[in-house]
Formats: sequence, C-alpha cells, structure tokens
Amino acid sequence: MSASNLQIDSKGRLRHFLSISGLNRQLLTEILDTAESFAGVTAQTVKKVPLLRGKTIVNLFFEASTRTRTTFELAAKRLSADVLNINVTQSSAVKGETLLDTLRNLEAMHIDMFVVRHADSGAAHFIANHAAPHISVINAGDGRHSHPTQAMLDMFTIRRVKGPDFGRLRVAIVGDILHSRVARSQIHALNLLHTGEVRIVAPKTLIPVDAESLGAHVFHDLHAGIRDVDVVIMLRLQRERMQGALLPSEHEYYELFGLTEEKLALASPDVTVMHPGPINRGVEMDSEVADGPRSVILEQVTHGIAVRMAVMSMAMRTTAGTQETEQRKEPLPGKGEAAE
Amino acid sequence: MNAPEDIAAILDDMAGQLAAHVGKHGANAPAMVGIHTGGVWVAEQLHRRLQLDEPLGSLDISFYRDDFTRIGMNPVVQPSELPFTIDDRHIILVDDVLHTGRTIRAALNELFDYGRPASILLAALIERDGRELPIEASVVGRHVSLQPNEHIKLTGPSPLRLEIQQTA
Repeated sequence: MSASNLQIDSKGRLRHFLSISGLNRQLLTEILDTAESFAGVTAQTVKKVPLLRGKTIVNLFFEASTRTRTTFELAAKRLSADVLNINVTQSSAVKGETLLDTLRNLEAMHIDMFVVRHADSGAAHFIANHAAPHISVINAGDGRHSHPTQAMLDMFTIRRVKGPDFGRLRVAIVGDILHSRVARSQIHALNLLHTGEVRIVAPKTLIPVDAESLGAHVFHDLHAGIRDVDVVIMLRLQRERMQGALLPSEHEYYELFGLTEEKLALASPDVTVMHPGPINRGVEMDSEVADGPRSVILEQVTHGIAVRMAVMSMAMRTTAGTQETEQRKEPLPGKGEAAE
Repeated sequence: MNAPEDIAAILDDMAGQLAAHVGKHGANAPAMVGIHTGGVWVAEQLHRRLQLDEPLGSLDISFYRDDFTRIGMNPVVQPSELPFTIDDRHIILVDDVLHTGRTIRAALNELFDYGRPASILLAALIERDGRELPIEASVVGRHVSLQPNEHIKLTGPSPLRLEIQQTA
C-alpha cells in the first residue's frame, strides 16, 4: 500500500502522519491552522485541553532523541493523553524481540497511537501497515527518509514570521542534504505550499544525485546560494550517519559552508535563520548568528509542540469512532498460517 | 413559531437586565466573554450597550467538547482570547442559543483553565427547551418553543438575524 492512501482516510482526512509526500496543500494548511489554535493553549493557567483524555500514546523510539521526544511528550500531555516513553534500544530489542512482537505486545495494552522514530527508512510505514485499525501512527523520523512533523513546525515558523504567502519567498536549505530526512520533508512541504524558490546548498558529496528532481535549485557555493534569500535553514552535520570520507574536516566545512554574519549579509535584509537542532556551534553556524536577532531557533522548538498537538488530534479524530474489534488491514505475518 | 425579528430591541432589554443583575449582586468591573461564533456577535452588541471597561473576550470551546470521540474536531478552531485575568473577576458569559447546556459546560471548563473567576453569569439571546444538564441562564433575551426537529440559528454579524430550520 502506498504512503499516500495509507495516510489519508476515505474522507480525505489525516489517518496517520508518515511523510509529507502523499499529502496535499489543503491538509498542510489545515495542520498549520490547527496548530495556530493550539499555540494559544500555553496562555492558559492550566496549560492543557481535555481533547485526548483517556487516550494512550506510546513514544516508540528506536533511535536517540531528546528534543523531538520531549516535544511529542509535552504535546500529548497538553492534549491530556497518557504517555508512555519506550526507548527500544535499551529494551527488548537487545533481547531479540522482533518489531512485530513489540508492536503486538503494546497493542495488547490497549494503546491508541504510536509515535515512532527509527533508524531505518520506512519503519513508520511498516508499523502503520501492521497496526490494528484503531491505532494511528505518527512518524517522528525514519532513517534518511522523512521527518514530517519537523518540516511542519518549520513551515509553521516561516508562516508566523513571513506571513501566509509562501509564493514570494526564497528559501535556502544549507548543509548535509544527503543524510537529512528533515531536508527531504522540508522540500516537499515548501513545494506543496507553492514557495517561490527552494534552494539546497551543500558540497557535492553531501547532496543526493537526484537532488534537482526533488524540486529545488542546487548550489555548491554558500555565497551564491544564500544571495537574496528570505529564509535560511541550516542543517546539522550528521556525523553518525556518515560512512567514509565525505568531508575533509569540520574546520574546512565551517570555512566554506558555516553561516557567519558576514555571509548572512548577502541574504535579504530581513532574512530569518532556522536550524532543527541540535546545533554544532562553530561547524554549521557561528554562535553570533545562532543567538542573533534573526535566529528563530528557539521559536521552532516552541512551535514544535503546537504542531505536534495538531497532528496528533487530527489523526486521532479519524480513528475516534473505530472500535478495537475491527479487522486489521493486513494480517500479522504468521497469524494466517496458524489458522490453517 | 416564528423567529423573533427585532433583535436590537431584545439586546436593549438584555443589556438592561444585565446592568440590573450586575448591580444587585455587586459584581464590580465585570468582564464579558462570548462563545464562538454567534455568542461573540451577541456579546459585541451587549458589550457596546453596557460600555464595559475590559475588552471583550472570546472562547472557542472546540477542545472542550464532550463529543470529540464521536464527531471529531471542527475543521477551523478560532483561538480563544481572554485579554484580561480571570482570577477573582466577575465574568458575563454570552451565547446565542441555550439548548442542551453542553456548550456552556465546555465553556465553564475552559474558563477555569484560565483561572478562578469570582463569579460567572450566563446571558443567552435565545433560550429553548431541551436541557440535558442542570444549567440555566441568568439573563435571557427570548424563550422560543421549538419542536425537537427544529433548530434556531443566528446569522451575522451584521445584520444579526434569527432563522428557524427544520431537520429531516
């Protein structure tokens, strides 16, 4: 089953949130609008709403993450859901339990939603395909493939700072595009929202061969790449995903692709600087830029909560009437044979 | 039954009742909160007539509804705006139609998530039968008797009009 129809139910509503590709502009706008209404919840004395009271959400993290897991957890709690954090790298996986066994065991505990992060591309799709019908799956990052909630919180941040018309914006994504699931999701989202120009800026070794086909202009020189842009999104160098010598040294990378105030002067005067975090200071960007007036890096973190609240409540809405007793879409491997 | 037509006169009457009610209970410096969408329109009118000092607040109770698990969320939720502190404040809560009482239940829960008000007084432009919760308005514009298959709807904001609709 393809990602697009797995994510959307028969009425065109969000069922799972696995990748930006397969969604449409209308749904992205609905996510952003819904997030806007959740952003107000933090103004309340009691910073939560009872929308998902009685629902159980499992953060199923097969890969380390602090910011993403924490903001997913806070988002779930501000919706009044109960949250379980399971760090699988430290748990049953080391004892040899398969992903499907983990899944079945959690389903047996009557959970309603999985938030999944995994080092393998397609892991969230796999779980969505095999989970019981009342369960929604949110992708919190899978391999090099996709990180859709990060992309949406970036879109939310851009819309808040620059206004709703993406058509007049030039956006440059700078850094390790090759290993970045964030960049892929951002490019899809920016194009779905009809962004004027999307650029990717990186050394040749850190850009995928099919880069232009993603719908972005490719630059190998930072000076040319950020000239006149309205938004610069810096990416983290993913040392842990790099195999072999893709970079001469971090110092040389900083010289060529690190963002400094001097280079930023080439961009539009009201340029906005973003970074999904965690920042390698002095590698991707200078501290002066990261902490400067044009940086919205901490706003991105704040917006991550509202955007995740939006996605969770939208996906839970479509499964709200579904009973646990309904048949799953695809039988769990092994169960079919057992009946014969 | 026909829908009431002279809404301006009903609002004048409600403003008078509210002023008397607030005075009688010594509710000093009250703040007014309308419930999206019709309640905000009614509240705007009452707020102007009463010349309250505090700016008008608005509530979207979508996140507090009790039927989320059955019908889901409204597609567009307006952010609630309460441009004053709720703690120790006398609140005049305004809605267009008081029917089952469930909207008011949700609004009360939401208000309490912003603080602890001194008191809450409910004003409804239209009151009809069909309460499912022990909730009554202190100030009512008109009582309207309707069949179970009839609904009364306020359209606006200008002009404000009431329509009675039949559901199959």
